[in-house]
Amino acid sequence: MKLLRNYINKIKPNFEKGGKFEMFHSTFDAIETFLYVPNTVTISKGAHIRDTMDMKRSMIVVFIALIPSLLFGMWNIGHWHFLAFGEDASFWMKFGFGFLKVLPLLVVSYVVGLGIEIFFAQKRRHEVNEGYFVSGFLIPLIVPVDTPLWMLAIAVVFAVILGKEVFGGTGMNILNPALTVRAFLFFAYPGWMSGDSVWIAGMMKKGNEVIDGFSGATPLAEAAAGNIGNMPSKLDMFLGVIPGSVGETSVLAILIGAVILIWTGIGSWKIIVSMIGGGLIMGLVLNLFAANPYMELPAWEHMLLGGFAFGAVFMATDPVTATQTEKGKWIYGFLTGVLAILIRVLNPAYPEGVMLAILLMNVFAPLIDHYVVGANIKRRLKRVKVKS
Amino acid sequence: MKDREPLFSSKNLKLLTNPLNDDNPITVQVLGICSALAITAKLEPAIVMTFSVVVVLSVSNVVISLLRNYIPPRIRIIVQLTVVASMVILVDQFLKAFAYDVSKQLSVFVGLIITNCIIMGRLEAFAMTNKPWPSFLDGIGNAAGYGVILVIVGFFRELLGSGELFGWPIMEKLGIYNIGYEDNGLMILPPMALMVVGVIIWVQRAKNRELIEDK
Repeated sequence: MKLLRNYINKIKPNFEKGGKFEMFHSTFDAIETFLYVPNTVTISKGAHIRDTMDMKRSMIVVFIALIPSLLFGMWNIGHWHFLAFGEDASFWMKFGFGFLKVLPLLVVSYVVGLGIEIFFAQKRRHEVNEGYFVSGFLIPLIVPVDTPLWMLAIAVVFAVILGKEVFGGTGMNILNPALTVRAFLFFAYPGWMSGDSVWIAGMMKKGNEVIDGFSGATPLAEAAAGNIGNMPSKLDMFLGVIPGSVGETSVLAILIGAVILIWTGIGSWKIIVSMIGGGLIMGLVLNLFAANPYMELPAWEHMLLGGFAFGAVFMATDPVTATQTEKGKWIYGFLTGVLAILIRVLNPAYPEGVMLAILLMNVFAPLIDHYVVGANIKRRLKRVKVKS
Repeated sequence: MKDREPLFSSKNLKLLTNPLNDDNPITVQVLGICSALAITAKLEPAIVMTFSVVVVLSVSNVVISLLRNYIPPRIRIIVQLTVVASMVILVDQFLKAFAYDVSKQLSVFVGLIITNCIIMGRLEAFAMTNKPWPSFLDGIGNAAGYGVILVIVGFFRELLGSGELFGWPIMEKLGIYNIGYEDNGLMILPPMALMVVGVIIWVQRAKNRELIEDK
């Protein structure tokens, strides 16, 4: 470790102003601050305390929180693939198959996304932002495993440039970049993003025959079709042994991630709790009407279905696109939960409403903050006594 | 007696070319966006729309310019509207007679040319205070500037959205589908027109930094 530090210190002058490689300063800086906590210290003026917990370090916590979902997702992909084609496979075969399926998605997401980030950072003479580290990791987890890589690449280009860089890069984006990727794919290539065969690796390929009686439909699709009886057991849905996008099936793995995020204080528990609360209340309201079997589905089961848990823990809590005020977080999370279930159950065109609900609330987050801050100012102004 | 200004003096030429570039009605003045979203999913209606607007705008510009000294200021908007409406009806009838299919595709948007902000804008800002010939050039220039953007947007949306150009399946002929390419369904949806216009605005402002608005 010491060796690396010394080496970096040795080559550092080359990248500073006037050095040989000055134009690659952004790239160098990105690598250096990724490896080591930057040595900037608080100046003697002012009362700020500088923590070692900079943005890169906090991103890495999210990274770690996502790993259970990723590992489980890899196994799950293999599991369903071999199940669909009637082959027996050991645990490691399933995991290995899934690993090889998910790895290209990860690589494409990172190479394309980071490439654009670095390009813009160099061009604008900024530091390379660490914002894409988490987005790039999230993207493969929320798309169907068989998404063609070129489609993913185009979606990443779209999301990073039009969803993020035009607004000024990390920290300035209105929409969650990972969900923008998914929304782009969903509207641009609907055939690859919904249906009964996109969730199982290999099922989209022509000529591949699944065994008789196998259906790749997700529990969500079964519920939407009113076949409540066809849904897998609650335990399977909780553990995540169901078809779905790579990383979102297992509520258990997501919960592990949630614990890490809440414990370290990086994800806002208020958003998670209020989003689940919003979803439950909307579910109960629908239960009151109970016009069809889907509306009769117990509210708490909605939490196990589709991307609700994943969205609540990893997407809605994105610190950039969520509300910033504490009161705003309650409102934002609650409305996201309500909208997610509302879209999911009542709009037949969109089988899953979590993505659209979060994107929609991302847009409204600044407005919520605006009114929360305004209300606070008004409340405190009442206490002001004007001396006459 | 004063020398007559040549028909295509540099000042008059500017009227024609400025709207194509640094004074573009869509990308710089940000007018007429609504129709740019509505009819650019394919190239053909975009081009027909362009010609319709060229005719409507240049003729009404000339008419208003001829009448400019006789229009009482208080009712000028009504007079302008009447002129534009008559022109729109003429164009609409012409399209129905000679290009029925396209007219069907454009549906209400031909009639809605009357609400195109570019047209009223030019009548108010230019034709009311200028002679007929410059007004005519100004009308053609602005309509063409509008048309250029429509055609660019229409080109990308039809090419990437349906894999065709003027309805001719160019992507299929090139054999791109065989290597796994698929049409992008998002390009046909209206929001994408807005984004393509946004990208054009971005590119234009990156080339000419003077166009960037002050914050």
